[in-house]
Amino acid sequence: MQRHLISAADLTRDDAVLILDTAEEMARVADRPIKKLPTLRGRTVVNLFFEDSTRTRISFEAAEKRLSADVINFTAKGSSVSKGESLKDTAQTLEAMGVDAVVIRHGASGAPYRLATSGWIDAAVINAGDGTHQHPTQALLDAFTMRRRLVGRDAGLGQDLAGRRITLVGDILHSRVARSNVDLLHTLGAEVTLVAPPTLVPVGVESWPCEVSYDLDSTLSKSDAVMLLRVQRERMNAAFFPTEREYSRRYGLDGDRMAKMPEHAIVMHPGPMVRGMEITAEVADSERCTAIEQVTNGVSIRMAVLYLLLGGNEPAVTHTRTEEK
Amino acid sequence: MSKILIRGAKVLGGEPQDVLIDGSEIAAVGSGLSAEGAEVVEADGKVLLPGLVDLHTHLREPGREDSETVLTGTRAAASGGYTAVFAMANTFPVADTAGVVEQVYRLGQEHGYCDVQPIGAVTVGLEGKKLAELGAMHESAAGVTVFSDDGKCVDDAVIMRRALEYVKAFGGVVAQHAQEPRLTEGAQMNEGVVSAELGLGGWPAVAEESIIARDVLLAEHVGSRVHICHLSTAGSVEIVRWAKSRGIDVTAEVTPHHLLLTDELVRSYNPVYKVNPPLRTERDVMALREALADGTIDIVATDHAPHPHEDKDCEWAAAAMGMVGLETALSVVQQTMVETGLLDWAGVADRMSFRPAGIGRAQGHGRPVSAGEPANLTLVDTAYRGAVDPAGFASRSRNTPYEGRELPGRVTHTWLRGRATLVDGKLA
Ligand SMILES: [Zn+2]
Repeated sequence: MQRHLISAADLTRDDAVLILDTAEEMARVADRPIKKLPTLRGRTVVNLFFEDSTRTRISFEAAEKRLSADVINFTAKGSSVSKGESLKDTAQTLEAMGVDAVVIRHGASGAPYRLATSGWIDAAVINAGDGTHQHPTQALLDAFTMRRRLVGRDAGLGQDLAGRRITLVGDILHSRVARSNVDLLHTLGAEVTLVAPPTLVPVGVESWPCEVSYDLDSTLSKSDAVMLLRVQRERMNAAFFPTEREYSRRYGLDGDRMAKMPEHAIVMHPGPMVRGMEITAEVADSERCTAIEQVTNGVSIRMAVLYLLLGGNEPAVTHTRTEEK
Repeated sequence: MSKILIRGAKVLGGEPQDVLIDGSEIAAVGSGLSAEGAEVVEADGKVLLPGLVDLHTHLREPGREDSETVLTGTRAAASGGYTAVFAMANTFPVADTAGVVEQVYRLGQEHGYCDVQPIGAVTVGLEGKKLAELGAMHESAAGVTVFSDDGKCVDDAVIMRRALEYVKAFGGVVAQHAQEPRLTEGAQMNEGVVSAELGLGGWPAVAEESIIARDVLLAEHVGSRVHICHLSTAGSVEIVRWAKSRGIDVTAEVTPHHLLLTDELVRSYNPVYKVNPPLRTERDVMALREALADGTIDIVATDHAPHPHEDKDCEWAAAAMGMVGLETALSVVQQTMVETGLLDWAGVADRMSFRPAGIGRAQGHGRPVSAGEPANLTLVDTAYRGAVDPAGFASRSRNTPYEGRELPGRVTHTWLRGRATLVDGKLA
């Protein structure tokens, strides 16, 4: 039986809470002198990266190694991947090598879903980011960070994020992080507001379980967490917004804006941070900014996901959406 | 001369009658016709239609014979009940000269399964910059009357205007693939609720509608006729309806897949559903059915677009756009239009034979089923029900969205000028 993690929308509330709780256990391993568990000894995990992302790859690699898995890194960048069949070919090559799990990053939305459902491969598939679609482990590590900060490390065990108000600011249209977070935070009971210029909000957003606002200032005082998303400068040339300065003036988070947030509220960023446009140095370096913790938490979350998909006895992570279609 | 008596067929869905074919023509239509000297085809309960005419087929030859050839494509056409297909110009080389269109035309005549009417490119190399030799293509043996850069939009308003004006000299028509290029950069599927969720680049309805609006106004201004290829949105229907009410000489086509399938299917990320224009919403589908029924949309055209397996067995973004359609078109129309009560069989004959032949000026096709007319005929077993099995397709490519889906109706016989090309569901 295959078990995959393709989309944050595939997770039930209980699945997600189990992953967060398991990640707390994994985080304790990091505090030990020997940061390693034997759980995945003899299992082979491939990091299949068709798109460059050193941060995500290293995070997965660290998680895999802490669980004692054999790790193969396959970077398709530079090799000939212009033809679509290369995904299938590559997958089947890895399958022939007896791979147990594939962590895939791909520039095309849906590529991990195709990999998991096309019969090309038997291994478990973990989506490490596909096009502008999903990045479920990012959403999980974000939720983990929120739960730790807003509920508490031990008090949070078994808890979700019911009633917490989370604001996501920036390029929603092109963001797999936004899609994953909206799905997962909704499942965990949080109230999500997306804030962006209308050009960076997808047509069809009205079906998402969240609010949409074009006005950052009016949302700040009601936010328990404000998450800033990457806004690529090239969007400016494609007329998504007029100038960097104007974007920054309307949607950037600076000290004055941060002061309008409730005292307990945190500032989040998936990184890498572009200081100046979306976040000022003052905010990025403040106590309230969790960007560095998010990196640390990413390893714990990925350990938890790998453990539950490959090592856990119970099928902790379901894939209902895959089966329905 | 060979005689064939088709006995007891519901001609255009009406009362059972006998139809006698003598040579290449229909000799008589009536009841109790003599079977003397004739081969008899018992058509009890089946519907007899004029041979279907497809104004929008991709035959891929020359250049992509691994997808389809004139031979395999016309065999697929005969299997689907077609006696004439219009072959789109986006081949390699592009059908933008008299030489290429004559080659395609002659291949169709040689193989003999179906008449092939080549469509000429509007612009050289489909590049949208310089008019192709439209007059030379018209005067060639192929007698081209329909011109299209299909696959691409003639987006330059001046080039479009000139093309519309120029073809008036010989009664031609420009068939527009309405797709505003800037609004559809990176487009992968219909822009809406599903694309927002899947994170696939959106192809907004307005990119089609804005070009149609422009082109009907251009056609009005220069007094030409324009044809809209594969119209796919409710908004496009409204524009064409308005244009017709204003007396503008516009015709439009809808594909079978846009009458049945919606963008919800893209949730599977299965590229078999990737097509251009993309599958739209339920609301669009319903508007298209109504427009076909009330005549706002004139015809059904397949946009038969064969692709080899490897071009579809990959991730969505890398996959080729298009679906095969010749062999399933009539079944889809039966399900979506006839069994819903929107069209009767006479209406189907109108939308799939009479009118497409009229728009394309196809000689000898789209004629009434009556004595003295060319014997281009299709016999349909409308009671048949069965799941679509692409393994049985005559088309060289199998990229059908209907694999395993149950569809009604089956073409059992096709006659091209009195010669059977399909007998009991098997190619002759
Ligand atoms: Zn087209």
